This record gives sequence, C-alpha cells and structure tokens, in this order.
Amino acid sequence: MLYREAGQFKRSYEADAAIFPIAQDRWVVMVFVAILFLGVPLVASEYIYQAILVPVLIYSIAALGLNILTGYCGQLSLGTGGFMAVGAVSCYKLTTAFPEMNLIVVLLLSGVITAGVGVIFGIPSLRIKGFYLAVATLAAQFFLNWLFNKVAWFQNYTPSGTLTMPPREVFGVLVTGAEALPRDRYLFCLALAVVLGLAACNMVRGPVGRAWMAIRDMDIAAELIGFRPFNTKLLAFSVSSFYIGIAGALAFGVWLGSVETAEAFDINQSFQVLFMVIVGGLGSILGSFIGAAFIVLTPIVLTNLMVYGLGLEAVTAKHFEFIFFGSLIILFLILEPNGMARLWQIAKEKLRLWPFPH
Amino acid sequence: MEVLHAVFAAPFLDMADDPVFFLEVVIGGLMSGVMYSLVALGFVLIFKASGIFNFSQGVLALFAALTLVGLMTGTMPFSLQKVLPEFPPIIAIALTILVMIGIAFLIERIVLRPLVNQSDMITFMSTIGIAFVLEGVGDTMWGSDVKVLDIGIPSGNWVIGEMYIQIFDLWATAIAGILVIVLAVFFQKTRTGRALRAVADDHQAALSVGIPLKTIWVVVWSVAGLVALVGGIMWGSKSGVQFSLSLIALRALPVLIIGGLTSIPGAIIGGLIIGVGEKVSEVYWGPLVNGAIENWFAYILALIVLLFRPQGLFGEKIIERV
Repeated sequence: MLYREAGQFKRSYEADAAIFPIAQDRWVVMVFVAILFLGVPLVASEYIYQAILVPVLIYSIAALGLNILTGYCGQLSLGTGGFMAVGAVSCYKLTTAFPEMNLIVVLLLSGVITAGVGVIFGIPSLRIKGFYLAVATLAAQFFLNWLFNKVAWFQNYTPSGTLTMPPREVFGVLVTGAEALPRDRYLFCLALAVVLGLAACNMVRGPVGRAWMAIRDMDIAAELIGFRPFNTKLLAFSVSSFYIGIAGALAFGVWLGSVETAEAFDINQSFQVLFMVIVGGLGSILGSFIGAAFIVLTPIVLTNLMVYGLGLEAVTAKHFEFIFFGSLIILFLILEPNGMARLWQIAKEKLRLWPFPH
Repeated sequence: MEVLHAVFAAPFLDMADDPVFFLEVVIGGLMSGVMYSLVALGFVLIFKASGIFNFSQGVLALFAALTLVGLMTGTMPFSLQKVLPEFPPIIAIALTILVMIGIAFLIERIVLRPLVNQSDMITFMSTIGIAFVLEGVGDTMWGSDVKVLDIGIPSGNWVIGEMYIQIFDLWATAIAGILVIVLAVFFQKTRTGRALRAVADDHQAALSVGIPLKTIWVVVWSVAGLVALVGGIMWGSKSGVQFSLSLIALRALPVLIIGGLTSIPGAIIGGLIIGVGEKVSEVYWGPLVNGAIENWFAYILALIVLLFRPQGLFGEKIIERV
C-alpha cells in the first residue's frame, strides 16, 4: 500500500479538476521535474547533454505534437519530418532576417508558420481517412523537403545548402551557436518541453481534447452529435504542426546547430517519431515523453553494448541494431499494444494493492 | 505571362514538335510504371486478404533479391565467404521461393497470429518492425555492399524508326504480364484462390464456413513474397541489389492509393499512370523548377486523385455507418 488515494478529499471543483488529483502523483512529478532542472546539471557531462538529454526533450515535443494528431484525433500522419523541416527553415529565415528578435518569439513564430503549412496539408483529411491519409501526408514529407532543397531562398543562397544557426541569446544566456554551453541548451529545451507538455495536458482534457477524441473514436457519430469535423480536424493538424515545428526549430537551432534539411528531416524522422508515439502510448501525454526517451536511448545503449561490450564491428553492430529494434517493436506491439504509458499505469495499480495480489 | 506560357503552353508545343520523342517518353514511362505495379501488387494482395497495410513489401523485395544473388554466387550465409556451389538461376530462384515461403510462415506464426484482432495501426506498425528485422537479417546474412544481379535477361536497345526501346523493359513488361495472368487464374480458378477471395470479403464469414484463416495468411504472404521476388529481380537487375531497393516501396505507395488499396487492376493501371505522369512531367515541366520532381510528383498526383475519389480510382467504395 505504497500508493493510495484514500483520505484525500477534494473540497473544491478546482481540486477535482487538477491535472494530478492524487497527491503522490503530484509529488512524484514535481520532484522529478525539480531533479531535471536542478539535479541533472550538477552531474551531466557534455556527451550526456548532447547525445541524450537534449534530443530526448526535442523529440518529446515532436512526439507530443504527433500524439495530439494521431493519438487524440486519430489522423495517421507520416509527414512529421517535413513539418520539422518547415520549423527549422522558418526559424533560420526569421532569425537571420531579424537578428534582434528574441529567440522565444522566433520559435513561436516558426511554430505558427508550421501550423499554417500543417493546416494546408491537413485539408485532405476531411475527405480521406486511415492509410489513404497516411500516404497523402507523405506528399507533405517529400514535397517540402524537395522545396527547401531546390529553392535557394530558403537557404539564404548559401552554396553548400546547409543551414547554420547564428549564436542567439535568451535573456542574456547564449543557447545557440557553437559557443553555447550544453547546460544552457538543455535547460532551455527543458523549460520549453515542460511548458508545452503542460499546455498539451490541459488541451486534451478540455473541450478541445474531447472533440478530438470524439472524432477519433467515430467521426460520423461525432459529426452527428454536433462536433464540426472541419474545425476539429484542422485544429488538431494546426496544434500538432505547431508542436512539431517548434521541435524542428529546436532540433536545428539548439541541438544540431547546422543541418541539411533534406538529410536531417527525412522520412526516417517521420517513422521515428511515429515509433515514439506508439511505443510510448497513443493518446497519452506521459507516453510521448517515455516513448521519446526510449527510442533515443535504445540505439545508443545497443551500440555501446555491442561495439564496446562485445567488440563487434560498427557495421555489424548497425545490422544487429536493426534486427533488435525491429524485434523490440514487434514484441512491444504483441505484449502491450497500448504502449509504455499503460505499463506505468499498471505499475501504479500494483503499487496500490501491494502486498496483496488483488 | 511568361510563366503561364512556360507552364501551360511551351511543354505542349514541345510535345507536338517532336512526337517521336514524346512517344519514347511515354513508352519509357509505361515501362517504369510496370515496375511500380509489380511492387504495388504485393501490397494489394496482402491488404485485400488480411486488411494489413504491409509496409515491409519493399524490404521483402530487397531480401528476395539478396538471397537470390547470394545463392547464385555461392555465398555462405553470415560468413560472406564464397564456399558453396554456384547455383544456376533457375535453381536459385526455386530455392529463393522456398525461402520466401519460409519467411511467410514465420511472419504469420510469430507476428500476425498474436496480433489478430488488433487495430489497423498496430498491424501496420508491426510490418514496419518486420521491415527492420528483415533488413538487418538480410544485411547480416549476405553483406550490405552493392551486388550485381544477372539472371540472363537480355539488354540492349531495340530501334524502331527513330525510337529507342530498351529490350530489358520489354522483358520486364512481359514477365509482369505473365505474373498478373497467373495471379488472376490463381485467384479465379483454384480452390485456394477462391478461399482467398472469401477471406478478403469477410473474415468471420469465411471462418464460419470452414476456411482456415491461418493457412490462408501463410499463402497470401507467400504469394506476396513471390511478387516481391519478381519485383526484386527486375529492380535488382536494373539498378543493382542494394539498400535503396527497399525504398521502391515508397514509390509504390502513391500507385496504390491512385489505384485503390483493394484493387489488383487498380495497382496495375495506377502504376502505369504514375510511370507515364512522372516521366512526362520530369521531361517537360521538370526543367522549370530545376528538376528532381520525380520524388514528390506521384504523391501530389495521388493527393489530387484522392480529393475527388477518396477510395482511389478502382477501390471499393468505403461505406461507413454509425
């Protein structure tokens, strides 16, 4: 009985509608976030920041976005990489055109631009569904990448076609460019991830989220009881693309520093984010974070184990990584199709009953 | 005005100016369309029979081609040393078919059976998992370098008047045609084929009249493996057997949705439409935008078709009830 809600009475509607109505949940989350903000910077090395923490946070934001669209609104999308590229390119164009603009404003505007693009590519979702829609979103992926590659204006006419992020400060702290401290990049991404995560949490449990879920569960029925599919689906597309755009801008500006859009945001990115959402749990905010952490960490752990632990060649290790990764996904789908967030829920249930089995 | 002229008038004038060249482009497009259809067929077969959107079709083709090359060069699996006897093409193909049937059996047993009755998205994801595993296994077994595949399909050009037609493409078309006829006979005339169509119509009804679903799925995946082998041979002899072979799956997706996910003739006609559209647009409109529009043209075309016919040109009408 490590975990119980008995005796926690709610005396107001606010308390009843809180994000974490159970005190233990609240404390665990708060302590965890506090550790991330205060504890991690004391111990983490540059490698850990750059290879693990920053990518996990950025992919979490992208996974949140895709989860809103696929997990909550039920529209399968394979265009994530393309939308991330839109975010990255908007961030680059904005920050080079207006060097004085605050980076946060740049990021938000990048998100807004991506949202606009997302809405355009979301329009077919009003007519087509399921796998047909998934293939239609691939059109976004290929078309956008081609566009950014071919039109030199998007790269500011640099001959190499590479976007390079100039150094930018947020409230006097350098977070982009080669000079920025990994710690500051990490804290910046963390702050954004927390804010965006909270926002998503609140969106999906409010009227907007309920409309999305109604459309997901049965769109015709939802239409009959008064949800407008047009508004609801396009809103999901725009919010989702907003998140994904910010993730793309962060991946470019804060994490990688310089990218070739066609390479950095190719179709594999789309699949990777989709894996995160499905392994983490469709329709779960927590799942987006867990899934991102899992998918970023697994290859790193595997490579280290095989190359340094077993002494395999890097190429062979890469092949084994493929096999292992694929098997893992299949295994996960067979054992727990609802994702890791569901495992966490089951764990909480068990803790509640412990030491009794039922 | 100049832009309008360049987009709407000049390409057509070019076509009228040199009709022989235009015909050559169209024929080239039809031929590459046949190759797309070969891949798309595999998708449709599995989707029809089990409702699974099989993303691993491209990797199946790669795996089949790798196995075939490996057997023909006498490579020992996993060691990459050429110690085994070199099989002649016919025997190697027969052995590869056996391997593909084995894979179909494994996929059904290990992946699909535990996932029966899961949502479409889950089974779709599982086929992505299959694609990863097969790719890893294929590379570990046979090595990841580019291989030459030559099973004796003649190459060279065939000249009619001023037109050049590649003989290889003609062979590809002929083989694809034979494959489609064989599949059609199999589906229409044999007992197993009828059972397959019954399963495609309604799983539960098929089960209740005594059709064994599990066997049917193995058969379907074997047939898809066979189609993948043919596709793999064609693409492999054309551009070498290498990782990028698995990406033809991405080329085949728009073909699928133009034709409709459930229609075999749709896959073929969709392939031809895409093939011709891609080549013609690349040759006549490509230069306007610095080329390389092949990558997305098919998708945008598919998107436009979908806006008017959400189930594709030949797909079954999607009827939804609350």
